[in-house]
Amino acid sequence: MPKIKPPVKTPRIDMTPMVDLFSLLLIFFVLTASFRPTEAAMIDSPNSVSEKQAPDFNLMTIFIDKEGKVFFNVDNGQDSTTKFREQILRKMAERYEMTFTEDEYDLFGRLSSFGMPLKDLKGWINAENSEERDKLNVGIPYDSTDNQLGYWILYSRIVNPRAEVAIKGDADANYMDVKKIMDMLQDNKVNKFNLITTQQVDEVTLDDIPPEK
Amino acid sequence: MAQIQTQDPGGKKGSKKRRAKKHPAEIDMTPMVDLMCLLITFFMLTTAFAKAKVMVITMPEKDQKQDEKTAPKISAERTLNILLSGNDEVYYYNGQATPDKQMPQLIKSDFSKDGIRKMLLDRNRELFTKIYEYRDKRIKGEIIVPDTTFENTIKQMKFDDKQGPIVLIKADTAARYKDIVNIIDEMAICNIASYAIVDIGQVESMMIQGVRAGTPLTTYPKIQVREK
Repeated sequence: MPKIKPPVKTPRIDMTPMVDLFSLLLIFFVLTASFRPTEAAMIDSPNSVSEKQAPDFNLMTIFIDKEGKVFFNVDNGQDSTTKFREQILRKMAERYEMTFTEDEYDLFGRLSSFGMPLKDLKGWINAENSEERDKLNVGIPYDSTDNQLGYWILYSRIVNPRAEVAIKGDADANYMDVKKIMDMLQDNKVNKFNLITTQQVDEVTLDDIPPEK
Repeated sequence: MAQIQTQDPGGKKGSKKRRAKKHPAEIDMTPMVDLMCLLITFFMLTTAFAKAKVMVITMPEKDQKQDEKTAPKISAERTLNILLSGNDEVYYYNGQATPDKQMPQLIKSDFSKDGIRKMLLDRNRELFTKIYEYRDKRIKGEIIVPDTTFENTIKQMKFDDKQGPIVLIKADTAARYKDIVNIIDEMAICNIASYAIVDIGQVESMMIQGVRAGTPLTTYPKIQVREK
């Protein structure tokens, strides 16, 4: 009997099912990925051990940078048809006797955090690119003579009473600025704050307790 | 980047089936798979990390009507005052600074492991041990409780605690935001049951200045009362 020769051939793996699976996974991740929205300022948040996650929806975020400049962001809620941002801007426009076109309202609804006096907001909405937008981000006034931030908070509360408040402060921001904003929020009956921090693991065990004196 | 490999018209010698002949052009999918792998890894990692972590603090409701009578009374022995003043410095003193008593000693500390944390753990020994052991038991699987029960039990332990300090956190005008976050974080690490952020008093600012200058206050200073 002649010896059966095993075929001299490099094995071929059919990759089609693998590619199918990968494509599926890829599509899934691309669709579910929620990208970090563009933020108005570079903020280096302080560290904490907290593992709690920020809510996805119904969140108004107040950014406080190193110099005490304040930026604001509020989302449209879970259902995009509610158009919270648009409604808030309408109320703001009414308060400050300004007019925006329907297109501007619509565009504002799709943008994210901002920080400028209301009179410059029109320019920010109509800006051509993000560089131009960044130049306009000079901070929302929040002193007692012109407390626009207070009104943004007030109208956000009226439009979406379920909105929680997150504060993203820079580690080096002055506490007095943060306190001023917290006081302002408390005046608007917000007593629970989510301070956005960077997670840092810090284990403490029983051995860390100093011996009893 | 797909590559089209044209097969030898004769095929390979050993292959009996000669399936390759039926498909004259074959696409090498390896680079595509490589790229997909990379993309999947990228998306998996970014989606997991994009979520911001938050530290929740609840402040007592501002009540305009609150006066001396309704303000909660706390015992002076359990009171621990922590003063923040920027530069990563943290000061603390026990009890209360009142004109008719001896001035409490203000001690300087920092946010390192041997700094304020050691002192807090020392003061909160009982409650910390209790919660730590309970958590440890759960991790080891000795007790099986759902998350809500677990959290409520810890809450109850904190509520029942009568030994640990009542911490009053006071920040002056030089304090940074990170100081506040750090100290609240220490409260969470050390399982402090009760703490509050309150306004700093004039005497306390003077106490910090005293320690900084190397001349701690020994007597209650005279304060000019600001007229309203």
